[in-house]
Amino acid sequence: MIPKLMQSLHLPGQKIQASRRQFLLGALAAGSGVAIGYHVLAATPAAASGTAGSGADALAFTPYLTIDADGKVTVLSSQFEMGQGSYNGLATLVAEELDADWSTIEVLGVAGNVKAYGNIAFGGTLQGTGGSTSMFTSFERYRTAGATARAMLVAAAASDWGVSASDITVENGVLSHVSGKSGGFGTFAAKAATLPAPAEVTLKAPADWKLIGNEKLKRFDSARKANGTEQYTIDVKLPGMLTAVMIHPPLFGATLKSFDATAARSVKGVVDVVETPRGVAVVAETMWAAIKGREAVTAVWDESAAEKRGTPELMAMYKDIAGKAPAAIARKDGDADAGFASSARVMEATFEFPYLSHAAIEPLNAVARKNDDGTLEIWGGHQFPDVYQMLASQIAGVTPDKVQLHVMKTGGSFGRRAVFDGDVVVESVYVAKAIGYRAPVKVQWTREDDMRAGRYRPAYVHQMKAGIDADGQLVAWSDHVVGQSIMGKTMFDGMVKNGVDPTSVEGANNLPYAIPNQTIGLTTTEVGVPVLWWRSVGSTHTAFAAEVFLDEIAEATGKDPIAFRLSMLEPDSRHAVILKMVAEKAEWEKPVAAGRFRGVSVAESFGTVVAQIAEVSLNDSGGIKVERVVAAVDCGLVINPDQVRAQVEGGIGFGLGAILAEEITLSGGTVDQANFDMYTPLRIDAMPSVEVHILASANPPSGIGEPGVPPIGPAVANAIYKALGKRIRVMPFAKSLSA
Amino acid sequence: MVTLTINGTAHEIEAEADMPLLWAIRDLVGLTGTKFGCGMAQCGACTVHLDGSPVRSCQTFVGDIGESRITTIEGLSGKVAETVQTVWADLDVPQCGYCQSGQIMSVTDLLTNNPKPTDDDIDAAMTGNLCRCATYHRIRAGIHEASKRLEA
Repeated sequence: MIPKLMQSLHLPGQKIQASRRQFLLGALAAGSGVAIGYHVLAATPAAASGTAGSGADALAFTPYLTIDADGKVTVLSSQFEMGQGSYNGLATLVAEELDADWSTIEVLGVAGNVKAYGNIAFGGTLQGTGGSTSMFTSFERYRTAGATARAMLVAAAASDWGVSASDITVENGVLSHVSGKSGGFGTFAAKAATLPAPAEVTLKAPADWKLIGNEKLKRFDSARKANGTEQYTIDVKLPGMLTAVMIHPPLFGATLKSFDATAARSVKGVVDVVETPRGVAVVAETMWAAIKGREAVTAVWDESAAEKRGTPELMAMYKDIAGKAPAAIARKDGDADAGFASSARVMEATFEFPYLSHAAIEPLNAVARKNDDGTLEIWGGHQFPDVYQMLASQIAGVTPDKVQLHVMKTGGSFGRRAVFDGDVVVESVYVAKAIGYRAPVKVQWTREDDMRAGRYRPAYVHQMKAGIDADGQLVAWSDHVVGQSIMGKTMFDGMVKNGVDPTSVEGANNLPYAIPNQTIGLTTTEVGVPVLWWRSVGSTHTAFAAEVFLDEIAEATGKDPIAFRLSMLEPDSRHAVILKMVAEKAEWEKPVAAGRFRGVSVAESFGTVVAQIAEVSLNDSGGIKVERVVAAVDCGLVINPDQVRAQVEGGIGFGLGAILAEEITLSGGTVDQANFDMYTPLRIDAMPSVEVHILASANPPSGIGEPGVPPIGPAVANAIYKALGKRIRVMPFAKSLSA
Repeated sequence: MVTLTINGTAHEIEAEADMPLLWAIRDLVGLTGTKFGCGMAQCGACTVHLDGSPVRSCQTFVGDIGESRITTIEGLSGKVAETVQTVWADLDVPQCGYCQSGQIMSVTDLLTNNPKPTDDDIDAAMTGNLCRCATYHRIRAGIHEASKRLEA
C-alpha cells in the first residue's frame, strides 16, 4: 500500500553531507512579509503549510521561515516537537544566522514537501522525527535559510537607503547603517521578497556564534507552558466539532462481529455510534458524553485470529529459543565458539525485558475536518507526516495534495506518534467519514485506550556468554537477542536485511570493546502484539544486557569496572574519553560515601556516547533509592547546552522509571495494565539528583533526545549489585529483587 | 443548569451531576489549560484549586462543587504563583509542558502553605503529579528557587 520509503537509513555519525545543491535558495512574498526557503527542483506539488504565496512558483517553493511586516520571525519546522526541544534547536539555528531578536521568535510545525522537509538521516525520502536526528538533519539547512534571509533583508535596506550592503550591520532584529539609519526586519521584509535570492551565502564562523552553544539561551516556549496557554492536539476546538472515543478490539487481532448501540444512543450528548475498520466509535458533543456512551455499547468480537498468549507463555518460549542457535547473525568477529572452547572460564547470563508502554502524558488524539472544497485537514502529532497524509488520502478518497496536516505539539511521544499505520490519525478520518463528514471530529483516546491498544517496546530475552582466558582477558562473547521485529512487515521492512532488524540489535552489534571473537545473533519472534520504537529503541535492552554482563565479568576477574572497560578501548576513542570524564567528575577514584554504592555504564546510541555513574543507598527496609547520577555526554557540537542537559536529566528519569517498575504484561492475550495505578512511571520521590557534563566537540551534532536513556539501567543495576550482592537480570528490578 | 464559579466568573453550564469537573472546564467552559491525563486521579495533570486547595478535577464532580470557588491555571494569580511561573521559565523546567499546569497548581499550594519546603516536603506534596518527561530534577530546583525568591 505504501511504497518503501526508505532505501537506507543513515544515522548521525556517518558522514552525510546535506545536499543543498539540489535546492535553489529562494524567497516569496508572504502576506506583507517574506518567506525564505528553497525552490525544490522538480518538486511534487503538495499541501504545504499555506504560509507562502500561491501560483505555480509557490508550489515548488518550500519555506523554512517567514518574516512578517511587524518583523516577527516564524521558523517553519520540519521536525516535530514532543517536548524534546527540536523547535528550540531549529529556532536557534535560524536566529543565529539571521541575527534575529530571540524574544520574538515563533516556531510552527510544517509538512507537505518531502524533498525539502525530508529527514537527511532517513535518506531524505521521508519527513519524520526520530532517531534523535533533528539537529543533524537541520544544522546546515536551517542555518542556510537564516543566512539567506539576513542577506536579503540587508540587500533590501541597502537599496532603500541607497548605501552599500557591506556598511549595514544586523543585531537583535535591527538593521543599522554607519550613518545612523536603522530599521527593523519588518520594514524591509516586503521589499526583500521582490529581490533575487543570493545563489550562495556564507555561514558564520563558529567563533562568531552568539546563540549556538550559548549557556544562557532560554527556551522560547517555557513561559507559555507555565501558564497553561500552550496548545496541544487535545486543545483543538473547531466550530461544530464533535468528540469521539473508540472501542478497540479486546484482543490484538480480534475483529468486530456486531455491536448494539441502542442504549448508547440514548445517553445525553451522544450524537452517533459508528463502525470503523479500527473499532466502534462513539461520537458525542463532549468527551464525557462519549465516555458514558461507550459504557453503554455492547460489542461482539471474532477472536479466532487474535493473539491469546500471555506473558508467562511468551517469556518461556523466548527463553527456550534463546538457548538455541540464533536464526540470524548480526555480527561475527573471529570464532566465538572456538574462543569459548579455549577459555579458562566461561560465564553465562540470561536477561529478560518486558513490553513497555510509551504512556505519553497526553493520550493519543487527532482531529479531522473535511471542507466544502474537498480538502481534508488533520490536526495531530504528525511525527511521520508523509505516511499519515498518504493513509488519510486513501481513506478519504482524495489525492494526497488535498490532505493538509496541521502539525501540533504534543504532550510527549517517546516514539509513539511515529507509527506505520497512522492509528489515531486514521481513526479521526474514519470516524469523520463514517458520519458523512457532517462535523469535524476529534478522536481522543483515554488513558486506558492508550495503554491497552498498543504499541509497545517489544519484550526481549538476551542470552549472553563470555569466555575469559587464563590472563583474565575477555576473548569471546556472544549475545543472542530474541524478540519481535519493529520494522519487519511494515513499510520499513526493506531495512531488515538477512533476517536482522537493526533496531533489534543496535547497541549489541556495535559494542566498542576489543573482543576478538564475538557473535551477535538474533531470532525474531512472531507475536500478535503491536510493537514500536520506544525512546532509545534497541539500546533500551541491548545496552543493559551488555553493560551489566561486563560488570559481572569485571567482578569475576577482580578488575575495576572502569579500568576493565578502558583496557578494551583505544585510549583516544570516544567511549574511553567519556568514561574517563565521568570517572573524574564523579570522583570514582575516591571511596564512595558511607551507605552509598556506585555503578557505571557507557553506551552509544544515535551517534552520541553517554556514560553514567549512579549512586544508590538502601533504606531501613532494604529498598533501593537512586541518590545521584553523574553523566558525561559526547553529542558532537552542542547547539543548546542547557537543553542537552535537560534531555539527559529527563532521559535518566524516563529510563530509571522503566527499569525500576514499568512493565506491560498480558494474560491470555489481554493487557493487564490500564492506567497509572498499575503501570508506574517514575515519580518525583524516586528522582535522583543529576549532574550532566558535556564534552566540548566540533564534530557534527548527533542525537540527544534518546541517548540519556540507555546507560541509567545498567549503571543502577551495577550499583545495586554492590549494595545487595544481587545481579539484576529480570526487568523490571522489582522482579529481580523479590526473586 | 449548574453554576460554577471559575476564576471569579460565574458560568452557567448544562451538565449532569456526575460529570467530572475536568470535562466541564474543558468542554463546556472552554478553558484548556487544565489537562486530561488519566481520568482516575493518578497523574495530576488536571489539578485545579477548589477554595484554594488542590484537587484532581477528573475525580471531582460537578454535582459536588456547590458554591466552592474553582481556580484553574488561567486564573492563578498572586505573588507565589507569579514567582513560580517566572522561575519555571528562568530554569526552563518544562519539556513537553503538558503536565506543567497541574505541577504549578500543586507547587503554588505547597509554597503558599510551606514557604521553605524540604526535599521530603516536596516529595510529599508533588508525588501525585506525574511528569512523563521526568523534569523532576528541575521541578525540585524550581521550587527551591521560588522559595528563595519569595523570601527575599
